[in-house]
Amino acid sequence: MSAISIAYAALFYLAALVLVVGLVSKIAQYWRTPAPLKIATTPAPMTRTGAAFRVAREVTLFESLFKGEKLLWVLAVLFHAGLLLVVVRHLRYFIADVPTLLVLIQPIGVYAGFAMVAGLAGLLARRFLNPRVRYITNPSDIAMLVLLIAIGVSGLFMKFVLPTDILAVKAFFLGLMRFSIQPLPVHPGLLIHLGLVAALMIVFPFSKLLHAPGVFFSPTRNQADDPRERRHVAPWAAGYDAKRGF
Amino acid sequence: MAAKFDTPPLNLDHDVPDNPALTPDSMAHSRPFLAKPEHQEPLGFPGTLVDDWHDKAIGKMGELLGKYRSLQVYMDSCVKCGACSDKCHYFLGTGDPKNMPVARQDLMRSVYRKYFTPAGKLFGSFVGARELTQDVLDEWYTYYHQCSQCRRCSVFCPYGIDTAEISMAAREILDHVGMGQKYCNEIITKVHKIGNNLGLPERALADTMEGLEEDTLDDTGHDIKFPVDVEGAEVLLVTPSADFFAEPHVDGLIGYAKVFHQLGISWTVSSEASEAANFGMFIGSYDQMHKIANRIRKAALDLKVKRIVFGECGHAWRVAYSFLNTYAGPWDFLDPRYPVPQHILEVTYGAIKNGGIRLDKDANAGMVLTMHDSCNVARASRMGDFPGGQFVIPREVIKASVPKFVDMAEDTIFEKTFCCGGGGGLLTDDLMEIRVKGAMPRMNALKQVVEQHGVTHMAAICAICKSQFTKVLPYYGMDMNMIVSVHQLVSNAIQLGTNKS
Ligand code: HEM
Ligand code: SF4
Ligand code: SF4
Repeated sequence: MSAISIAYAALFYLAALVLVVGLVSKIAQYWRTPAPLKIATTPAPMTRTGAAFRVAREVTLFESLFKGEKLLWVLAVLFHAGLLLVVVRHLRYFIADVPTLLVLIQPIGVYAGFAMVAGLAGLLARRFLNPRVRYITNPSDIAMLVLLIAIGVSGLFMKFVLPTDILAVKAFFLGLMRFSIQPLPVHPGLLIHLGLVAALMIVFPFSKLLHAPGVFFSPTRNQADDPRERRHVAPWAAGYDAKRGF
Repeated sequence: MAAKFDTPPLNLDHDVPDNPALTPDSMAHSRPFLAKPEHQEPLGFPGTLVDDWHDKAIGKMGELLGKYRSLQVYMDSCVKCGACSDKCHYFLGTGDPKNMPVARQDLMRSVYRKYFTPAGKLFGSFVGARELTQDVLDEWYTYYHQCSQCRRCSVFCPYGIDTAEISMAAREILDHVGMGQKYCNEIITKVHKIGNNLGLPERALADTMEGLEEDTLDDTGHDIKFPVDVEGAEVLLVTPSADFFAEPHVDGLIGYAKVFHQLGISWTVSSEASEAANFGMFIGSYDQMHKIANRIRKAALDLKVKRIVFGECGHAWRVAYSFLNTYAGPWDFLDPRYPVPQHILEVTYGAIKNGGIRLDKDANAGMVLTMHDSCNVARASRMGDFPGGQFVIPREVIKASVPKFVDMAEDTIFEKTFCCGGGGGLLTDDLMEIRVKGAMPRMNALKQVVEQHGVTHMAAICAICKSQFTKVLPYYGMDMNMIVSVHQLVSNAIQLGTNKS
């Protein structure tokens, strides 16, 4: 077993641990922290089901962003939809018997890779070209886009320029899932690609990528417009009724 | 006194003003007067900047992060996409990049990252983290008082990040280290001492209402009551204190009285809760909002009323509609057939629909109306029983009262309405420059309909909007009397005694 295989196995265990523990503790924090007041941005749905649909529209259609800026919306959809399809396409590395549906979407996944990189390139360009966005950009915002672009480009590089032994890659990841370390092909493109993916997993819970869980917890979006019908009191504010003094 | 400044030019070819060129720090000089100890201490805040302000501020921030999900989630979630960056009227009117909503949030987010996140502790400015210094604290004071908490930015943010929540938290922290704002805290002190924002004592209030009764009798020949502290009245009317005497507000109050009279509903105001405004919201204080809101509960109990109705006021309606149940409920002692609280426009609209009142549009002949949706009504509350009722109901009432109504450009009304520029605790002379500049997008949209459709008047349903417009309209070459209350139109048009004695 090569040192590289062992190092990458260790790296992926670490990355998975950080990602899961980090995200779970962030989600737990959001869950625990109450929203003491009703602050839905109105007009808002009047029922909780309606509010759940509102959040679902934000997640799938980027509804508010569409109101905000059309070009950004297009780039955001290109990137995120691309990313989603690419992730789905990668499931084949983790499932021994790939289901037919997953086989069928493989070709789409390749286009999705290009869409994702194109979207990201547009987002990166925008960070330099739009003076308002340039003003609010931190180095980490650029680094995040460069990281994602590098992941995408190194992946496409293996697909179109210098293929690697994907059966061995699959064996490596299936092995990790059984806690057994299989040899990883020593291929520069692959090692870069996987190293960057592990880095992404590690930074995820400490970065603005928290927007992914965050959108589900945003009170302006997930609350129903029913304050006159339902009394809403946060646990920490329960003692306030007694403080009235009359 | 404030330095001279230029009123921003209008461009009537565009519905929403063009993005200004960035002019960093162009509004760095705009700061409201600091609260004096006598306005801080009665509210439980330190009189002047405390020695350990740094630790106190970070401590308070930690406390708020644990109490408000909005703050915690919004500190983490922003991706710096910039969708909100050109949505703030203060940015459009000033070009100061710190008035872009995301940049305004970042003033606090940078500190959050430094003290509350591993990334900020390890990587500092690479992730936009910075220490809390006195300069940073001053910057907070400056730019969190250039936010009217109007929530326009929140409409366009893919995660609904609401800069108002962050401004409120910042002001709460500033209050707790001894850097309160004079305007808000002085007013809150008055509410506790006297019962209303204007410091109008009980006797003066009773005299004013008596005077209104006499004037209205002279004008109409009808004995229309303006009751104060009447036990057993059906309705407790809670209205902004400006309604008691300032123009054009008072004409709205006369309108409410005529509607109640015509419907045969007995009503009263309370001298102890003679104020709908709740400036506790502007300073982000749960405690103050709670105290101020509970004056209304006490008045309702003392006067044994069956319903609570609010007059025309924007932020007051937000606190009433969205928060009153939380702070001052439950309302099981009131008549369950009516929502608590109700907006006066809900009452009037219902009465128009069921024939309880009749309106004669000719009474307002020559008027062409448009309507300014007040931010807090538009984006933080509702009227009626369907989403968006807050837009439909006032317009239906206006249309029933005047011969012609025209809406302003689509991107400047309804949920996308532009703030008047004076909300969120900025309605003070020491902030005149930011108020005038922030009014520009609304003034632009108004001027468009004035020139294209002959609009003569703009109705607003908020005391702050009305006061602000009265002040800023002349800067844009328009007449301050263009601004009217919705119930002033109703007051002119209502047919008294036509279907009831
Ligand atoms: C619930 C799932 C998610 C939703 C609803 C969502 C939504 C959004 C939206 C609306 C934007 C703003 C538009 C833009 O700048 O593209 C955005 C930005 C971004 N998202 Fe997501 N996202 C999700 C998951 C993810 C994931 C899993 C990643 C990465 C692994 C990611 C990476 C990014 C990045 C890097 C940006 C900033 C782009 C820039 O710098 O301009 N997102 N996201
Ligand atoms: S809440 Fe209103 S005033 Fe404050 S930043 Fe957002 S748009 Fe500007
Ligand atoms: S729209 Fe929301 S996520 Fe985008 S920069 Fe503004 S606050 Fe941040």
